[in-house]
Amino acid sequence: MRPQSVGWLFMAPTLVILFVFGVLPFVYVLVISFFDWNSFAADPTMRFSGVQNYRDLVFDTGYLMSLWNTLKFGVFAVASEIVLGYFLAQLFMRNFPLKSFFRTIHTLPLMIAPVAVGATWRLMTVPGLGPIPYYLDKWFGYDYLISRYAGQAFFTTVVMDVWHWTPLVTLTLLAALSSMPKEPFEQAQIDGANKLQTFWYVTLPLLKPAILAAVFIRLMDAMRTVDEVWMLTGGGPAAATRYVGLYIWRVVFPKTDYGYGSAMSLITLYLTIVMCWLLYAGLVARRDLRKPE
Amino acid sequence: MKRDRKGLSLLFWLFSSLITLFPIYWMFVVSAKSRVELFGAPTFLIKSFFSENYWATLTNTSFQGYMFNSIVIATSNALLVTTLSLFATYALSRYKLSGKENIFFWTITNRMAPPAAFLLPLFLLYTQVFVVGDWKMFDTRIGLILLYCVFNLPFAIWTMRGVVDAIPQELDEAAFVDGASTWQVILHVILPLARPGLAVTGILTWVFAWNEYLFAATLTSVHARTITTGLAEFVTVTGTNWGQMAATAMLTLIPAIIFLSLVQKHIVAGLTFGAVKG
Repeated sequence: MRPQSVGWLFMAPTLVILFVFGVLPFVYVLVISFFDWNSFAADPTMRFSGVQNYRDLVFDTGYLMSLWNTLKFGVFAVASEIVLGYFLAQLFMRNFPLKSFFRTIHTLPLMIAPVAVGATWRLMTVPGLGPIPYYLDKWFGYDYLISRYAGQAFFTTVVMDVWHWTPLVTLTLLAALSSMPKEPFEQAQIDGANKLQTFWYVTLPLLKPAILAAVFIRLMDAMRTVDEVWMLTGGGPAAATRYVGLYIWRVVFPKTDYGYGSAMSLITLYLTIVMCWLLYAGLVARRDLRKPE
Repeated sequence: MKRDRKGLSLLFWLFSSLITLFPIYWMFVVSAKSRVELFGAPTFLIKSFFSENYWATLTNTSFQGYMFNSIVIATSNALLVTTLSLFATYALSRYKLSGKENIFFWTITNRMAPPAAFLLPLFLLYTQVFVVGDWKMFDTRIGLILLYCVFNLPFAIWTMRGVVDAIPQELDEAAFVDGASTWQVILHVILPLARPGLAVTGILTWVFAWNEYLFAATLTSVHARTITTGLAEFVTVTGTNWGQMAATAMLTLIPAIIFLSLVQKHIVAGLTFGAVKG
């Protein structure tokens, strides 16, 4: 009745843009990763080098360290966000005065540019200006200086990420909680389940898809965090908060070692996908085990 | 007893809001003080609003350029994305395209790509491949506008699909029977009904484009720099002019705050990428 070609015509601009700016770069980076190419080297031409770039990655301690730090950062941040977000979402399920007002306030951090978040936290933590180092020193005599102590810098980036992104988890879980059926909970009550049992056997399985979605979105975002951390610590002290995105952007990129940088970008992308897949497989498999029927 | 619990919950939410708002409030405080006032122990009240920081930023000509670029890029991107997403979702919803579910899914996955992995190929493409004569796509506004589509189009198509699917097919069938063209149907039947959804999508798209930093910093050098790169320069270049940095950051987040109040209710589906229907 209506020809398919018209439909394709409407799809065309979208497909063209996504192809040129999404697929093409991916193919390009894949090709370059097998070449030795540095435009500022003595020999600026592209030379095929097979998997040499990938082989070099394994021995690049800077890269491996940044991967490890990113992973630590992701795990700490996302775990805290899920717990805190669930807690807040449950509280938002109750009725209390000014609910939508408080909800708006708790959504605010999400809309702020990551660069501005980094700037904010820098103003909070910079010595001689920020209240955090001042009061930690005054009340507890604690020496807080993220430009010197690696552990403090790491945990400050985690706290900043939790501040910025917990609202996302809260809103996700809140949406899931409010669309949950009532019957299983009533049934559990009739069966005499206590609060912990209800949580473990009813709430958690029902909430699992939403929690998984939140974990994936957040973990992928955390793995690619750049702007905020760059503004807060600049990747320092030394390389303590130089997460993998920062490493590619600030260390590999300026060296114009294109082939090597491409290989690193791809492997990072691949590792992120594998990690999410493993997590998914693990969590889904466990659910199947718990459901013997 | 019940009153007590209410009071307790109110206290909790006040405390929690304080934690959420404090960093932003502190930035505001810093932005409203002169260098001398910032010296010494932190104080949390503003005695007199020191507007010099804001004026210094607003009258800075390169910063005016950044702001102009950001407004142009975010607005063009939002308009382009909402238009294209309306076309695409109309096609997906009303035509029997072969393999359209796969196309839909592929569209969505574009959003998952980590920017850091795409910086390098895009930089090379923009400086060496997308070149026509003397013109390069590097450091142009159009370059950023088109690039942001890669992240914003999937999001817009995802949210708009539900909106367009929900518009009853009978309406456009009736219009076709009356002799309307496809174009007229989209313009006079679909568009008016999809407008609320389009508005929310457009606003969130605008905010995403406004907030973006990494690509803007890498794929521009002088002419197409945006407000976020301007803000980052304060840290790396000027160093310790905290008051002005805070004022600049405040200017960056004002539109976000305004828009948040507009789309507050719809933000869940938007930001979680529809993983959970809000």
